[in-house]
Amino acid sequence: MPDVLLKIFRGDREGGQTADYQVPVAPGMVVLDALHHVQKHQAPDLAVRWNCKAGKCGSCSAEVNGRPRLTCKTRMDSLPQDKPITILPMKSFPVIKDLVTDVSWNYKVNKKIPGFTPKAGTNWRMQQEDIDRVQEFRKCIECFLCQNVCHVLREHDKHEQFGGPRFFVRVAGLEMHPLDGVSRVGLLKKELGLGLCNITKCCTEVCPEEIHITDNAIIPLKERVVDEYYDPVLRLVRKIRGG
Amino acid sequence: MNSKYETHEHDVLIIGAGGAGLRAAIEALSQGANVGVVCKSLLGKAHTVMAEGGIAAAMANVDAADDWRAHFRDTMRGGKFLNNWRMAQLHAQEAPDRVRELEQWGALFDRTEDGRILQRAFGGHSFKRLCHVGDRTGLEMIRTLQDRGVQMGFDVYMECTTTRLLMDGGRVAGAFAYWRENGRFVVFKAKAVVLATGGIGKAWPITSNSWEYTGDGMALAYEAGAELLDMEFVQFHPTGMVWPPGVQGLLVTEAVRGEGGILTNKNGERFMEKYDPKRMELSTRDVVARAIYTEVREGRGTEHGGAFLDISHKPAEYVKRKLPSMYHQFRELADVDITAGPMEVGPTCHYMMGGVRVDAETAATSIAGLFAAGEVAAGLHGANRLGGNSLSDLLVFGRRAGLGAVEFAKQQAVPAVDSTQIEEAERAMLAPFERNTDENPYSVHSDLQQIMQILVGIYRTEEDLNSAMEGLARLKERVQRLSINGSRMFNPGWHLCADLKSMLTVSEAVTRSALARKESRGAHSRIDYPNLDAAWGKQNNIISLHGDQMNLEQRPTRELLADLQALLADEKGAGA
Repeated sequence: MPDVLLKIFRGDREGGQTADYQVPVAPGMVVLDALHHVQKHQAPDLAVRWNCKAGKCGSCSAEVNGRPRLTCKTRMDSLPQDKPITILPMKSFPVIKDLVTDVSWNYKVNKKIPGFTPKAGTNWRMQQEDIDRVQEFRKCIECFLCQNVCHVLREHDKHEQFGGPRFFVRVAGLEMHPLDGVSRVGLLKKELGLGLCNITKCCTEVCPEEIHITDNAIIPLKERVVDEYYDPVLRLVRKIRGG
Repeated sequence: MNSKYETHEHDVLIIGAGGAGLRAAIEALSQGANVGVVCKSLLGKAHTVMAEGGIAAAMANVDAADDWRAHFRDTMRGGKFLNNWRMAQLHAQEAPDRVRELEQWGALFDRTEDGRILQRAFGGHSFKRLCHVGDRTGLEMIRTLQDRGVQMGFDVYMECTTTRLLMDGGRVAGAFAYWRENGRFVVFKAKAVVLATGGIGKAWPITSNSWEYTGDGMALAYEAGAELLDMEFVQFHPTGMVWPPGVQGLLVTEAVRGEGGILTNKNGERFMEKYDPKRMELSTRDVVARAIYTEVREGRGTEHGGAFLDISHKPAEYVKRKLPSMYHQFRELADVDITAGPMEVGPTCHYMMGGVRVDAETAATSIAGLFAAGEVAAGLHGANRLGGNSLSDLLVFGRRAGLGAVEFAKQQAVPAVDSTQIEEAERAMLAPFERNTDENPYSVHSDLQQIMQILVGIYRTEEDLNSAMEGLARLKERVQRLSINGSRMFNPGWHLCADLKSMLTVSEAVTRSALARKESRGAHSRIDYPNLDAAWGKQNNIISLHGDQMNLEQRPTRELLADLQALLADEKGAGA
């Protein structure tokens, strides 16, 4: 079996650098297999977060040769073997150790979002075509790769003012649920900072679940914010009602 | 109580944040209890997220003739009548309400034409019974429960591993744990504790289970003095991926067969005709796993040692809509387009029917204040679990465990924890750093997996099981010599040292119980005792700790009530 050179980030909150590891490549091997090989044979304390190794849990996100990926779904044979493969932690979150980052910020943002609240008197009948678009959003496995690449977070560190694509997808799933009875449009505008997104679609490109984050979640939500806050007729109505 | 440890106090402490743990937490919260949830991974990543095919519940949305009685009958038949029948009854009766509840909390199941929850066929179920979302039902379920719990306000301690239950005399008083992130120790004090830690699949190399499945809850309960029930029954799912090597064991959902998938051997023969002509591919998992294993052993396997599973006779768009994860999994990991040709599949260690013995009504274990629900608990599934009955198990008995724990906690004062047990637990955790040997946890883990795969697999013999016992005894000595380098900061090698201890305990319990049960029943197949034995059909194997020895005894099962007996005798609509 041919060997390939991995350059894996080793370090913690204080800093660090990549270290070199040679790993034999087997047919069908993925990057996470290579990381496990390093743990088993060379560095038992290499910190890697993973669970299902099947692309279903969204735990093993990292930046492979500069691209944010799930390491369990990145085949070694999809990467050039004659050059070293660089594996770094997600950049938008603080490093805990090696490839493990502190993603607790995401859980804090999630708490701000009011959950599903059914309309009064619903009979719980829904047509498949009415839920198709919400089911797309509910495929999200919370790998946070979309958060990691979003430049509002990655380059501008607007973690305090901005919810990020993952939570726009969650809100879209609630807002478009046919039986949900509350509005989260105010939250989107104020606390989740939807206006900061300038639809560069970086999030959509990295989504391992192929959710059309920008087109199907973010743009329709932006339209709802516009309708609510900038529609002249509605503004007038609100003014008259003193809202 | 020693103040040098970070300490948290709750009415109810729940260990594990999969379907059962989260459902228990929601129930305890809704009763007004102060609830803490401790989990080894991030919230939402527990093994429930990988469940694919669906939740079994007799809603009768598709097949109007279905009802709880039929579900009860199927579950008992699938379990070869070794099930705790009261659990099987409660499960069948309550599952539909638990599914409706999920919908009311925001879950979006696939729909029937008239807008109700769609149900699909599955092995061993005599009606279309599985409520599903394509092949990602577990994700829908865990996200719904997670969001509900967050909304209700539970405290979640993520990436925190429990290594010991703390006791106050004969009653549980809390748990000792470490933070994976920084290796610091933490003490939880609680009036009641619910174990919801899942299964044990990581003791086998070919498994559909994630790294978390190391039998922690069963080992914790056993060490605290609780009883383990029928540990010999380990389910090998018939269809895991077999190629390429890195994905070996990865689950191929039974929904492929539920949607009409056909199994053939390398000669193109539809071999299930030989093993179960009536139910064919939708036979129970024990039967299909043995069938594939036998085809391969007798030389009719595929190139990589499996069977072919083909769904490509269905329209490509239908396959992509109903089995999207399978489509992507095979396309991305194995270069196979399942809409155009067959998959290669073979058995993979999937589920533990045995586990902590519990009371059907309250999920109470044999220790005061300790409850267990989900895969860590035993009884519902008997000798073999039907597909889809796990997710419903989590909901029905997760809720009951939450209720049971709150009822218990209400009557109790805050327990006392003496510092001796805490210091002991700390010493045990730190020992691998203080040794300087060349015993590495990863190599001990590999050796354990080899023993379990080769000697305690689908087919078992006395000779193999005795060799396994010898091998496990050697590993127990090696575990005492484990040595680890590096710091306590997120150190997976160190974490594995603790997990190995649990895996060895449950592996020994499985092997001892398998040796004792001299018959073949459900998932337990003895080559030297190939038939059902009526006497064994009325006995459970009970494992418990006596001094420092693992003790095994047999105990008669509870006599089935006459009206339920009549249900089982009813042939209507049920498979063989």
